[in-house]
Amino acid sequence: MIFIHILIMAGVTYLVRMLPMVIFKKKIESNFIKSFLYYVPYAVLGSMTFPAIFSSTSSLYSAIAGTIVAVFLAFREKSLLTVALSSCVAVYIIEWILRFMNLQ
Amino acid sequence: MVTDKLSNSFFSGLKDGIPIGLGYLSVSFTFGIMAVNSGLPVWIAVLISMTNLTSAGQFAGINLINAGAPYIEMALAQLVINMRYSLMSLSLTQKTDKSFNTLHRLILSFGITDEIFAVASGKPHDIDTKYMYGLITVPYWGWALGTLIGAAAGSILPESVSSALNIAIYGMFLAIIIPPAKKARPVLWVIILSVTISFVLRYTPYLNKLSEGFVIIICAIAASGFGALFYPIKEVAE
Repeated sequence: MIFIHILIMAGVTYLVRMLPMVIFKKKIESNFIKSFLYYVPYAVLGSMTFPAIFSSTSSLYSAIAGTIVAVFLAFREKSLLTVALSSCVAVYIIEWILRFMNLQ
Repeated sequence: MVTDKLSNSFFSGLKDGIPIGLGYLSVSFTFGIMAVNSGLPVWIAVLISMTNLTSAGQFAGINLINAGAPYIEMALAQLVINMRYSLMSLSLTQKTDKSFNTLHRLILSFGITDEIFAVASGKPHDIDTKYMYGLITVPYWGWALGTLIGAAAGSILPESVSSALNIAIYGMFLAIIIPPAKKARPVLWVIILSVTISFVLRYTPYLNKLSEGFVIIICAIAASGFGALFYPIKEVAE
């Protein structure tokens, strides 16, 4: 029974990815649809990042610090890895300070 | 032209996949811990990761498995949560070169995740299959390995480290969308609109019951539609 569950999970997830890729082989001519698809990544990533980023760590303050660092470095056009790891470090430091303050 | 050829290779894909793979380690690590804590065997957790390669869908999936949910509920939940991949897959068809035949499409579409899509679509030129195979490799094994470690070793990472790692994926997203938004005002407006709708849907009573997958679809369609309507692209950016 658990295998049928996993089979359904994997099957549905694969189909939603595979079907558009296999069905649409030509470059789309409509300028509206082309423009629409051009903006999709930005819209998707924007809505996936906010507000979820603020609850991604164990404290809102550390998440805000991580977000500020990431936005700043992304604005300076640093690499993906640099931006991602720097925001992790910011979160770690802020949470360390927060724990330290609680212990005092 | 020469740099274009170089940056389209398998190894360039591998390299671009490394930050994604690192981010996946921490997320799938959490998934492994959760799956085992919920009573699933280690190898089932790894099997799920290796056949699904998706975060939200898998987390929802183990809840449904443990609840003994009807198959149709499982299918619908996965459809709603993962429908956004269809939009990404469709968007990617406009960035693929001639090397994408049906067989490659059947294989490579399996590897379309939020992050892989983001990096592939952020490339300034069309992508070939070699690049895509390279790009998928590290994240795929990172996802499987992270699940295995999380499931087998439980809580070896201190809470403070895993909390910090959780923001990595979002940092990467910001690194992908902010530079283009700086250069093209319409991109900035599309992002602002999408983020605004996302906030509204998350914090408005009743609307906040929508699943995360649905919220992303609504934001994507509304904001991209707005962009296409008011700022149609003049020429294909190749």
